[in-house]
Amino acid sequence: MKHKKDGKVGFITTTFNSMLGWGRKFSLYQYPFITACCGMEYMSAACAHYDLDRFGMGWTRFTPRQADMLLVVGTISHKEAPVLRTVYDQMTEPKWVVAFGACAVSGGIYDNYAVVQGIDRIIPVDVYIPGCPPRPETIINALIKLQEKIQKEGHEWRFQKKKS
Amino acid sequence: MAISKEKILEDLKQKFSDNILDMTAQFGDDIIHIKKEALQDIVNFLKEDPYAFTMLLDLTCVDYQGEEERFEMVYHLFSLSLNLRLRFKARLKQNDCKIVSLTPIFKNANWLEREVYDMFGVHFEGHPYLRRLFMYDGFEGHPLRKDYPLRKQQPKIDLR
Repeated sequence: MKHKKDGKVGFITTTFNSMLGWGRKFSLYQYPFITACCGMEYMSAACAHYDLDRFGMGWTRFTPRQADMLLVVGTISHKEAPVLRTVYDQMTEPKWVVAFGACAVSGGIYDNYAVVQGIDRIIPVDVYIPGCPPRPETIINALIKLQEKIQKEGHEWRFQKKKS
Repeated sequence: MAISKEKILEDLKQKFSDNILDMTAQFGDDIIHIKKEALQDIVNFLKEDPYAFTMLLDLTCVDYQGEEERFEMVYHLFSLSLNLRLRFKARLKQNDCKIVSLTPIFKNANWLEREVYDMFGVHFEGHPYLRRLFMYDGFEGHPLRKDYPLRKQQPKIDLR
């Protein structure tokens, strides 16, 4: 985007896709699906000390139907897997998923009969955040990476998603 | 006057001499090894005054794979008035892993016994609703048994 400041009534030249990406990346409504101790770290990142809202991704929605970004925070067991998939299916498109913490990424230390070895075995994931639990700086870094990704995606989001 | 711990153990020895196999102590708590047939009688006896072991703190199971009496049920009883804990252990054979349910005596035994049934496959005779507590319908086997494969998973939905 180029913007010339000379005091007159100006205009902006841009492409539709970059305009759309700009709008989407700074109005990320999130739905936190919190199941374990990583939730504490999510709270500290989302509340006033680190304040995700500075980056335009702070508004928590309490139904997946209004959310753009699903944060899967914590261990997902096999008993819970159908619930997580239903929540993902209920979100309206476009939608993005963040695997938050070691358990959501890979099952973490729980390599046993009960735990899903990474939520990407249930739903597609855009960004993985490592750490047990991750620091708020890591979370902010990952979400900024997600914003960069959204900026590049454009209006054919759905078709790109199916290819990958 | 409150009864001493020694007196309780002495009473138990006298009344259930045939069913008490051994008495030991560890970390200040007394452990009484009993035959599984006598469990209900002993618990009923201790629940009444003057002993008043009215609280079942925990009920769990240990798998000693390879031994003839494979499963060991562990019961922790607590007396509020005497401020005293007692631990009972009863061994079960693998081909006959059944024990009487304590649910008629202690209501909280209901879910504890369902958990043990879920994880170890021990059957509790007289339990009102012996169904899996943690694992889902369709899960096969009992995951805390030592012969359950360490990383075996039984997904509920198709994975990607």
